[in-house]
Amino acid sequence: MQKILISEADFDIKAEYAALKKTGVGAVVMFAGIVRDTAKDPQLVAMTLEHYPGMTEQEIDNIIKQAEARWPLQGVRVIHRVGRLLPEENIVFVGTASAHRAAAFESAAFIMDYLKTNAPFWKKEESKTGSVWVDARQVDETALKKWQ
Amino acid sequence: MKILYFAWMREHTGCSTEEIRLPENVANISELARYLRGRSAGHEAALRNLKTVRVAINRKYANLESPITDSDEIAFFPPVTGG
Repeated sequence: MQKILISEADFDIKAEYAALKKTGVGAVVMFAGIVRDTAKDPQLVAMTLEHYPGMTEQEIDNIIKQAEARWPLQGVRVIHRVGRLLPEENIVFVGTASAHRAAAFESAAFIMDYLKTNAPFWKKEESKTGSVWVDARQVDETALKKWQ
Repeated sequence: MKILYFAWMREHTGCSTEEIRLPENVANISELARYLRGRSAGHEAALRNLKTVRVAINRKYANLESPITDSDEIAFFPPVTGG
């Protein structure tokens, strides 16, 4: 059971958890990525996310297939928001369900690491002084090495 | 063929998508990029340094040497920053 959704609308974590639980497994791991709090970055006003419709879904599907080949997974759900998002809003959701907790934990981390470096999304940060496109970070590339 | 640009590359070229006919002497991505750079100052700025650019052919990652045809959808974009 898998779901891939690119959406402007927010997601409902409770509904996602219920769907993952329905697979009848013993372990569910859920990750949520959030637009960071302005207390830590008072300049941040919003983030705008752009994507490549069609390719994005295909790349996420590839990542899920790789995860399913490595771990015994009964369910995977990936939701990524696009459009203009304010601080503390949800950006991304990854949920995995497995009979084994290690498989659920590891596959969720694997999917996030690959999503960050392969899925065609771009963030533009809006601050009080202007807007800039976020640069890709080397640490995200480095994170992939542990899976290779 | 259809050419797509995303993020700051789209802002430089001033368009998210454009239709062109593949010139006869253009056979791969780097030759296409060189050709597109001649279209405007914005295209030149977007495609000047291909080391910092990612490319997809028909929605699959490709590289500068990948061959192309007139029926392809080619996308140029910066390294991705989702998640």
